[in-house]
Amino acid sequence: MVKSATSLTGNGVRDWLWQRVSAVILAVYTLFILGFIWLTPQLDYVAWFQFFQGIWVKLFTLLAALSLLTHTWVGMWTILTDYVKSTRLRLTFEILVIIALFLYFLVAIAIVWSV
Amino acid sequence: MSEAMRTVKFKIYRFNPEVDIKPSMKDYELTIPDKQDMMLLEAILRIKALDDSLAFRRSCREGVCGSDGMNINGRNGLACVTLLSSLKQPIELRPLPGLPVIRDLVVDMKVFFEQYAKVKPYLINNDPPPAKERLQSPAERKKLDGLYECILCACCSTSCPSFWWNPEKFIGPAGLLQAYRFIADSRDTAKVERLEGLTDPFSVFRCRGVMNCVEVCPKGLNPTRAIGHIRSELLAEGN
Repeated sequence: MVKSATSLTGNGVRDWLWQRVSAVILAVYTLFILGFIWLTPQLDYVAWFQFFQGIWVKLFTLLAALSLLTHTWVGMWTILTDYVKSTRLRLTFEILVIIALFLYFLVAIAIVWSV
Repeated sequence: MSEAMRTVKFKIYRFNPEVDIKPSMKDYELTIPDKQDMMLLEAILRIKALDDSLAFRRSCREGVCGSDGMNINGRNGLACVTLLSSLKQPIELRPLPGLPVIRDLVVDMKVFFEQYAKVKPYLINNDPPPAKERLQSPAERKKLDGLYECILCACCSTSCPSFWWNPEKFIGPAGLLQAYRFIADSRDTAKVERLEGLTDPFSVFRCRGVMNCVEVCPKGLNPTRAIGHIRSELLAEGN
């Protein structure tokens, strides 16, 4: 058993499951947005505005943003633990990724709730 | 009438840490009868007769012992079961990638065997042994086909990028094939303990499904499928 303090859950099975569940959510969200684009006759600011006013669209968007956060962290953590061998450097990168993801999520909330 | 001859060209990785600062590729030429084919190992043995400083491992010369695993024209394989005629010239021979080179084509396989040892590659059953033997049904025995045949040549693990980057943490395809060989064995009673030892993010889950292991296995085995079965077992166990 290899110990790991920085992976998403510290457990390979859970990390793996989270990554896959978040991928499915992102795939469904992508189809949802593509469907909206496809089915909207006049795709302008008003159409987007009205679309994002719906509470379920907002919640689904935030769920997708949260999934993106989860998915990206598992992926970035895997890449960093593969390629960055210096612990100090890897921790620095990991912290930067966490800060970036956290900020992206805050921005996503601010955007979605401003509609 | 004299027999027609042909020349086969080789480029072989040479490195002797006692005298060389860095490794180099050395050219060799072997003259063999035009109509004669042979296994690559035979050709290497003939090169060794010309230059006895060349170091490599070999033993059974028939794909059973797994000693002569090497990188042949960029692909891992056993020299003793690779036909010379199947290879493009010049034939480039390098040591198995990702392991420290001891000399020329000889690598240090310590980390490979440490990972193998981690999976406890032996039957665990503390129940009192029956008078004769622990029986299996034909169906139970069939589950071990495609798992027990591994000869530990390390061609798979040393072609796996995940093993290159984390050889101390990722068990690698060879070790995981053996892990599943005992998880799937109906006579083994340590399945839960075996699975518990594999739940971390590295041991099994560092496999990204590249499938180089399946591509190069000289015995035609499928470690990726075994890893998939381990994941399913872990998921079932954790639910």
